[in-house]
Amino acid sequence: MEGLCKSFNIATPLETEILHSIDLTLPRGEFCAVMGPSGSGKSTLLHIVGLLDRPTQGRLAIGGQETTELDEAALTHLRAHEIGFVFQYHHLLSAFSAVENIMMPMLGDAGFASDAMLARAESLLGIMGLAHRRDSLATNLSGGEQQRIAVARALAMKPSLLLADEPTGNLDTKSADTVFSLIREVNRSQGMAVLFVTHNPALARRCDRIIEVIDGRIVQAQNFPSL
Amino acid sequence: MKSWVPFEWIIAARFLREGRLQTLFITGGVAIGVAVIVFMSALLAGMQGNFIRRVLTAQPHIQLLPPKEVVRALRGHNYDGDEGKNVVESAELQPPLQRLKSIDQWQAVVAQIRSMDQVLVVSPAAGGSALVLRGSTSRAITLNGVEPDTYFRIVALPSKVVHGSARLNAGDIIIGMELASDLGLDSGDKLRVTTAAGASNILTISGIVDLGNKGANQRSTFVALHTAQSLLGLPGGVSNIDVTVRDVYAAEVVAREITEKTGVQADSWIAANAQFFSAIQAQMTANTAIRFFVGLSVAFGIASVLFVSVVQKSKEIGILRAMGISRGQIMRVFLLQGGLLGLLGSIAGSSIGAAALILWHRIAVGPDGLPLVPITLEVPLFAAALALALLAGLVAASAPAMRAARLDPLVAIRG
Repeated sequence: MEGLCKSFNIATPLETEILHSIDLTLPRGEFCAVMGPSGSGKSTLLHIVGLLDRPTQGRLAIGGQETTELDEAALTHLRAHEIGFVFQYHHLLSAFSAVENIMMPMLGDAGFASDAMLARAESLLGIMGLAHRRDSLATNLSGGEQQRIAVARALAMKPSLLLADEPTGNLDTKSADTVFSLIREVNRSQGMAVLFVTHNPALARRCDRIIEVIDGRIVQAQNFPSL
Repeated sequence: MKSWVPFEWIIAARFLREGRLQTLFITGGVAIGVAVIVFMSALLAGMQGNFIRRVLTAQPHIQLLPPKEVVRALRGHNYDGDEGKNVVESAELQPPLQRLKSIDQWQAVVAQIRSMDQVLVVSPAAGGSALVLRGSTSRAITLNGVEPDTYFRIVALPSKVVHGSARLNAGDIIIGMELASDLGLDSGDKLRVTTAAGASNILTISGIVDLGNKGANQRSTFVALHTAQSLLGLPGGVSNIDVTVRDVYAAEVVAREITEKTGVQADSWIAANAQFFSAIQAQMTANTAIRFFVGLSVAFGIASVLFVSVVQKSKEIGILRAMGISRGQIMRVFLLQGGLLGLLGSIAGSSIGAAALILWHRIAVGPDGLPLVPITLEVPLFAAALALALLAGLVAASAPAMRAARLDPLVAIRG
């Protein structure tokens, strides 16, 4: 992304610029932590990168494809195929089982269920260590399990970019560590880029790079080469 | 998940199943609405059909009559000599006597009417008043001279026979049961019929009929057409032509067409029973209004439930949108829910309506043990109720579906 700006209440007396000329490149396979105080613009940055919001200025390319001029349908398609989301709250569909929740992005994309989708979902369940919870309804899972299912769902379409907005924020230390470790492991094994928003410095230090956002600007970037 | 079920159907069905109680209540609401529509429609159609059947089994749908005699004012010469400006010399007019006369060129008229597509049966008839004598007792009657082959297809006299048969040969007469009772007659007895013109004939009672009306049973008699023609002084003529049409409600239009085509005044049963017909129309309007408002309440019920569902599911809609589910897919999920609620409700409502109709049919019986209102469970009625509820469900779901589709995923996820 280059010169990315985001303002709200444009052309009104309440106009506020949340992001100021953000330049950031996230190479494939990099695990990047985003830190900063609340209200600094971390989530806004993540939403713009995730094509859920549009920048006011600047350009954003994902996998080499310029996105700022794309229409709603093209953005939806790109989001489905290139980006995975994990939010602070899991947002699993309560009417569906664990394996069905993981299948959901693939099902929405293809229109009909298939054995290949089921196999992919079961494989992700295995990676997340939740094969035994395959048919449990989302509401019957613990917080940590729900978040692991949310991670598996985000990985279902084999995205090139995973965006995690404080995914461990609601979890206890052990669960948070498990979720983080799983994302880190998948990042290493599948080579996807990860943008991981967190307030936890211990987790951030386990990333390849930390960027700190304060008042809508990247004020510091620190590299931790992976071992 | 079944591989042949589309994504939208899976989501819609699961959302409905998840909100079981909500789904159950709204389905119940739709079912009650549909049951009311089915029950009311069948009942009113049965009543209406019964009324019309009762009215039309004793009369033709259209009757052609000869033109009435009118008196024209005398017109004199112009006082001032201007042409075309006649002056009435005597404005005092006396209404003329309406003598019994034949329809001019009636055979040609009958042929013309028979060629019309909407017409089922055409029957020429000669009718007038007469007197029947039995010993020292006499009764005034209406003598109807008919061609049995065609007339019995208009008024099913054979089905109304209580004694004897509906035979109408040259010397036969069929009389109403009240007249038979008054004169102490039975089938096979002789009866003298005399008309005002002075003609007289002794006829054999071939059958006694119950026309379902005391007055009609006292006055009505039926003889062969040529017997009536000779008694009434109408040799070779007919005083009226009776017609039945395929669509009883189109009788007025057909009557107008006949008048235009033949030049003979044709009166439909609608014009002849204007008050009865307006009562039927008022009933139909009331029925339509009831159906409309019940349908409206069903639609509002479905819409309100789906609006609540959109609010409840907004975060889930948001995450579905975030993972690449399109606006169109989200919209279809909610439209399907509306359609499914309408469909489920209409199936349940049709069953309840049918059960209520069967129950009514058994309970509401007259002293003779026959149903007060003959009701038939017609497939088109249930198909219409199903289609109406389905349509109401889809229309009702369109607003919440659009709202769901327009949800900004970001706003929805943030809550």
